[in-house]
Amino acid sequence: MLTKRIIACLDVHAGRVVKGVQFVDLVDAGDPAALAARHAREGADEIVLLDITATHEGRRTLLDTVRRTAQELFVPFTVGGGIRSADEAAQVFEAGADKISVNSAALADPELITAIGSSFGAQAVVLAIDARRDPNATDPVRDAQVFVQGGRKCTGRRAVEWAREAEDRGAGEILLTSMDSDGTRAGFDCELTAAVSEAVNIPVIASGGAGTVAHFAEVFSRGKADAALAASIFHFGVSSARSLKQELQAAGVPVRLPC
Amino acid sequence: MQVTVIDYKAGNLTSVLKSLRHLGAEPVVTDSDVGAITRAARIVLPGVGHFAATRRLDETGMTTAIREAIAGGVPFLGICVGMQWLYAGSSEASDTPGLGRFPESCCRFSEGSQKIPHVGWNSLEVNGSSRLLAGVRGGEYVYFTHSYKAPVTDDTCAKTHYIEPFAAAVERGNVMGVQFHPEKSGETGLKILRNFLEWTC
Repeated sequence: MLTKRIIACLDVHAGRVVKGVQFVDLVDAGDPAALAARHAREGADEIVLLDITATHEGRRTLLDTVRRTAQELFVPFTVGGGIRSADEAAQVFEAGADKISVNSAALADPELITAIGSSFGAQAVVLAIDARRDPNATDPVRDAQVFVQGGRKCTGRRAVEWAREAEDRGAGEILLTSMDSDGTRAGFDCELTAAVSEAVNIPVIASGGAGTVAHFAEVFSRGKADAALAASIFHFGVSSARSLKQELQAAGVPVRLPC
Repeated sequence: MQVTVIDYKAGNLTSVLKSLRHLGAEPVVTDSDVGAITRAARIVLPGVGHFAATRRLDETGMTTAIREAIAGGVPFLGICVGMQWLYAGSSEASDTPGLGRFPESCCRFSEGSQKIPHVGWNSLEVNGSSRLLAGVRGGEYVYFTHSYKAPVTDDTCAKTHYIEPFAAAVERGNVMGVQFHPEKSGETGLKILRNFLEWTC
């Protein structure tokens, strides 16, 4: 049976994993390679590394970090953050990423999705969408808006339509972050996740708001998510992928338990 | 241990090469050198992307060289599209023939309530006599990402269920294929790659 994926997300700044509430008060949470290996060993189905540096100097550090992290990692490995061209993507693939996540660069130039997909396959392109419900719309969920710059700038695009367009252009997966839920630990936005998941035929990874095991179970059932991302709850040993999965299995969610 | 990895320009080989090196093998990559196939001790044909990309194997003469190597007993492993290429063809590119080592054809998953592609970790139902899957217990999970699949036949050494049962792994003599990505399937995947690297006549 196809299992629901639990994906560990590492936010990386200048070669170190950091953790903060909405990118403020960054706390050093360790070495990316060591943390990725630990999450994989404890049963994370996949590792996502998001570079939050996005400076020129930081790009070189990132390639080195990707190379070191990929070296002994034998589960799917996605890298995102500031990738603006197919050439930059090629460098990150060469360094060992299996998938690339694109966000604002794809909004600025949707052709980027097609360009990366045609060279590396659709399975290698993850479109990241940061969305927020639109309280002024008739249907705040279906009309949820796409934001960039950490949720500060509205793009005028609707999340559901953008996800559909990305699929048509050759994206292999959607990583959907709810800006309303992000950092709250109050649960994923299940309605928003379901709206996007039902609109596309490719997998949707839910992100933003994970706080308890029940939140994950909910986003898989009610939210129709194919996978869920968890960042901060895995750091500092708050919860491990193993314990999360054991509890999910007990709750009837199909998951892959580590050996 | 030398292993020839064939590059037909359909995606990224980094992960496959990394996992082979991790297991102590010395991969040699070729995208056209027929000699590297003729001399190969073992051959891996990875693959992501579109079945039509395998046309390059015919255009470069690599198909003929692979056919001869297989006839000479060289262990061969096709991964994902590389496995599908071992069949007569695929409805993904009906004008592109496969190797035809297995007479059936690959086709797309049936449309219905479930998403296509099939992406993620799914379990294996293993046929006990497989050498490629030696030591892999039924129910172990591996990572898939594909929209087309091979049918379950007598050559199937593991099947997986998504929408319908399909061949997760195929094996006949020295010719083996896996629909999943062993290089991305944790310890289970490494065990399968190790079995392939240790395969002898």
